[in-house]
Amino acid sequence: MSAIQARDLVRTYKTSTGIFRKRAVDVQAVRGVSFEVADGELFGLLGPNGAGKTTTIKMLITLLIPTSGSAAVLGYDVVKDAREVRKRIGYVFGGDRGLYERLSALDNLRYFAELYAVPPAEQKRRIAELLDLVGLAGREKERVEGYSRGMRQRLHIARGLLHDPPVVFLDEPTIGVDPVGARELRRTIAGLTQAGKTVLLTTHYMFEADDLCDRMAVINKGQIVAEGTPSDLKALVADRTVIEIETFGVDEDAVERVRHASSVSSVSIEDRDQAQVLHVQSPAGTELTQTLIGLLGNTRIGRVAVREPTLEDAYVALVGEA
Amino acid sequence: MKRNARLLGMGWLFHIKMLNRSSFNSVLVVLYPLFFATVAFFMYRAGNPDALFYASLGASVMGIWGATTTAAAGAMQRERWHGTLELLVAAPAPFALVLLPVTIAMSTIGLYSMTTTLLWGRVLFGIRVHIEHWLLFCLSVPATVIAIGMLGFLLAVSFVRYRTAWALGNLVEYPVWLICGFLVPLSLLPDWVRPISWVLAPTWGMQAIRESAQGGTPLPDLLVCLGLGAVYTTIGVLVVDHMLRAARARAVLSLT
Repeated sequence: MSAIQARDLVRTYKTSTGIFRKRAVDVQAVRGVSFEVADGELFGLLGPNGAGKTTTIKMLITLLIPTSGSAAVLGYDVVKDAREVRKRIGYVFGGDRGLYERLSALDNLRYFAELYAVPPAEQKRRIAELLDLVGLAGREKERVEGYSRGMRQRLHIARGLLHDPPVVFLDEPTIGVDPVGARELRRTIAGLTQAGKTVLLTTHYMFEADDLCDRMAVINKGQIVAEGTPSDLKALVADRTVIEIETFGVDEDAVERVRHASSVSSVSIEDRDQAQVLHVQSPAGTELTQTLIGLLGNTRIGRVAVREPTLEDAYVALVGEA
Repeated sequence: MKRNARLLGMGWLFHIKMLNRSSFNSVLVVLYPLFFATVAFFMYRAGNPDALFYASLGASVMGIWGATTTAAAGAMQRERWHGTLELLVAAPAPFALVLLPVTIAMSTIGLYSMTTTLLWGRVLFGIRVHIEHWLLFCLSVPATVIAIGMLGFLLAVSFVRYRTAWALGNLVEYPVWLICGFLVPLSLLPDWVRPISWVLAPTWGMQAIRESAQGGTPLPDLLVCLGLGAVYTTIGVLVVDHMLRAARARAVLSLT
């Protein structure tokens, strides 16, 4: 039996437009998502902002009812057996929200320990263990409002693990956390599967997914566009090559000219200090460098390099070309 | 049973602690009702100085009611903004047992307002607080606080389901001052209003507090007050799961 099963999940939000003449509009955030996560697996759900990751996760953790389709966690239906699901899952989301800031970490953890029915005799030991695990031991009596984002995130993880759930949902847990803090968090997340837990992680950081996930699915515009191991996804672009062109002050028109050049599969732009690096994907064996430099016109160009595709390139290809 | 009682108690303590940590909220809970109490004191002093004690007790309960309605509505909205409402719903604990301590904690904080209103009346207007039956008075006050918290719970259930229902909290605050006889005797109200007064626990709580202060028989009022509180809680418990299901279907538990 899979730890998590999602079958044809659809979620539509009703919204309205206009002030005087209101018109109801249906927005389909998730359009038929299906996947399974095996027991003890760390599964990644990747996608750009607004792709439907959080909506999918909220249906799985019983906060949203699917418009259609079904899902189960450890065999319990997320709609019919919501309470049974809640007993067995931990939910951690990224960002500053989700904590009682005026109170201490210890107060927060004690309160949630009550909500998750952690026996009173075990609470003290469990909270101490978790504070040690997330590196907040000694800081637990300070008010959360004084915590850095990384500390809040670690407190979120401790809160999500209070009742020792077999399945943990992590929704962009490292968002906004500094590199050192994010690395520590990733170490903690990797430790969860070593402790036998099933983890569903959403992220849009490819290196994070590559580093942590056993398998992953890429979701775009509410649909899964690819699923497999990191190697499987990289293989999708194995027949491509990536040209990196460092530019300074490149304009939209020039990027559009590159995007529409023949043999160019996709283009993404990465800001690096004052430079903008274009990652141009094309079929392997195609010599495009001179053509691309010509298309950039008067744009100041720095370093140019040709490299093998990475998981990030596979992701860009999947979400950029969909 | 023991676990549920513990959850209620710990939840109440947690929210009391949190409400006390905000000096802005505490000042607001104390100051805001004082303005209205002052107006009431001036009105009664001009008309019937003997009724000042009547007004003083009424004004003190106004603060408890205000802290529960407007604060409960604001608190639910705050939980939504801070993302904690989703976490409370996602916990396996029955939601009624999570929500009830929140509103009872708020009505308890209203006791600050009660105390300062009585002191304000004593110091500035010379209203002597003379209580005939201290024991019954000390029973009537917490019973009123609990019953108002239970009514707040019923309102809070709707605040969870309807994102804009927080406005309802402000809307019901002032009419209840009149309908429940905080400032004017119920006998002065039109006949058609009285049935509404009778189904509101603050009416009976207010009467119990006044009866115990003036040496009357507050026990029947006290029992009706607590009975109505139990009815509100029962209705809330019966509808909360339905409301939560509707909130999950309509995606109104968060603002994102």
